[in-house]
Amino acid sequence: MCGIAGIIYRTGAQNVGKDMIAMLQSMKHRGPDSTGYALYGPGAKDTIVLRYKLADANDPRDYEFADRLAKHRKQVEERIAQAGAQIVKVEAETDYAFRVTVRYAGDLKTLADLIEDVPMAEVLSIGHTLEIIKDLGDAETVGGQYGLDGFMGTHGIGHVRMATESDVDISGAHPYWAYPFADVAVVHNGQLTNYFYWRRRLERNGHRFQSECDSEIIAVYIAEKMSEGATLEEAMRASLEELDGVFTYICVTGDALGVCKDELAAKPLVLFESDDVVAMASEEIAIRAVIDHEINTYDPYESEVLVWTL
Amino acid sequence: MDALVGERRISYDARGLSEPNADVPHVSEIAGTSAVFDAKDLTTRQINLELRSLIYEQGITDVTVRNPGSKHSIGVAILHRANITYEGSLGYFACGLVDGPQITIKGRVGWSSCENMMSGTVVVEGNGGSLTGAAMRGGDLVVKGRVGARTGIDQKGGTIIVLDSVGSTTGFMMQRGRQIICGDAGPGLGDSMYDGAIYVGGKVKSLGVDCVPGEWTDADTELIERKFRIYGLGTPPSFQKFVCGKLLYNYDNLEPSERRIVL
Repeated sequence: MCGIAGIIYRTGAQNVGKDMIAMLQSMKHRGPDSTGYALYGPGAKDTIVLRYKLADANDPRDYEFADRLAKHRKQVEERIAQAGAQIVKVEAETDYAFRVTVRYAGDLKTLADLIEDVPMAEVLSIGHTLEIIKDLGDAETVGGQYGLDGFMGTHGIGHVRMATESDVDISGAHPYWAYPFADVAVVHNGQLTNYFYWRRRLERNGHRFQSECDSEIIAVYIAEKMSEGATLEEAMRASLEELDGVFTYICVTGDALGVCKDELAAKPLVLFESDDVVAMASEEIAIRAVIDHEINTYDPYESEVLVWTL
Repeated sequence: MDALVGERRISYDARGLSEPNADVPHVSEIAGTSAVFDAKDLTTRQINLELRSLIYEQGITDVTVRNPGSKHSIGVAILHRANITYEGSLGYFACGLVDGPQITIKGRVGWSSCENMMSGTVVVEGNGGSLTGAAMRGGDLVVKGRVGARTGIDQKGGTIIVLDSVGSTTGFMMQRGRQIICGDAGPGLGDSMYDGAIYVGGKVKSLGVDCVPGEWTDADTELIERKFRIYGLGTPPSFQKFVCGKLLYNYDNLEPSERRIVL
């Protein structure tokens, strides 16, 4: 089933981490397997934030697990330096997932590919303001584990996953970063029926996919369109013609948030707009988790694309 | 029962639900045959237990529920006559299977509200999600705002009135009953419908398979004027009528007795 949510503030940065935890926790029943966040913080002009992981919470902890993690972590940091990036700070929120702040002006694909050449390494996000945090468990578990309840930011999206077609692991969890484009992420509820067509096509263009999840296609598809000059809204409208299946997805960039519903409106989304905030979720109960009074919400119709910019 | 996921333990009850066993909370303020209670801090199960206790056991005929908070599955399977007012929005599956009550919702409803409704009336002051009135069998459902996709899917009776627009595939596989849509209708209106009538006041994006314009009769005018009068909806707009073309299914292959069983 899965549940998606998003929020964008019209009055500057707010505690987006806390709000997203509340929204996603209220939809735990839609997917307790894993929870993910794509949060947009204040960022810094001369640095980027890179999030990667080396293992999963449910990987077997054999006798050599810790040694292997340490070895791979050292290799990743060597690869970052090899790419010409300067590490400013490394934070380890778990023993297998890391947040690295770097100074880097080079090609993001080169950086990501070098890191992912290390065994078990997977880049979760790279961006000036974007940070993707995802792990197994419900929203409060993951939010607490990564200390998200004080994350200040301008907008964010999130996802609670009920695994169906692929495994319960971090690779299968949303949101998906649009490798190798900075600051673009997607959450999705639905199924794409022309997944392999688009996967082969995008792979021929040099993109890589970490998961077997159809949702990862959307992120890369949108980002590639935008890299060719399309606006976020234009890219999302094109997806209505080119992506088959039933879907509602939310795509975010550094300064915008958009939603798209397929031509049958087969997957839910409830929307609330006020002068201060735009909030959306698979169920209104998620919006009510952060807005403690009666509100007027509506369901966007089929084939609707809506975009809000900061 | 505990399930082990990695190194974390997640607890569920025997049904896989995280909500524990609940008792009737008995939080209502009762005056004669009227009762009011605040649902803000109650779970879905507690709200429904309170409602059923009031209506079934305490003889209450007028219930007001404050702060329902868009929770799911509120007011399901109330089979008695009673006046119920929800002062706020309800979530998914609101008021399903009801048989008899007069319900007012001062807010919106989520997906699949009034599913399998048998009789009574439900008036929604706000918008409705998709699948509103799914498989509805009787009674009147009035939504004063807009409604999502597949309104009245598999509808088997009763009347759905929407004052604003509806989404795609409205009346999909509708079998009986009426829909009065004052605004526009999305693509695929009445797709694969078996019977019944859909009245649309605005534009229709496209008709579904085997849905065709129907012949207007005095009975149609009488029906719409009567429903608008009952619910104080003002003067009805002019409508187009749509019905089943009866070409998609092989009706001629069925004996009359078989048709009655199928329909």
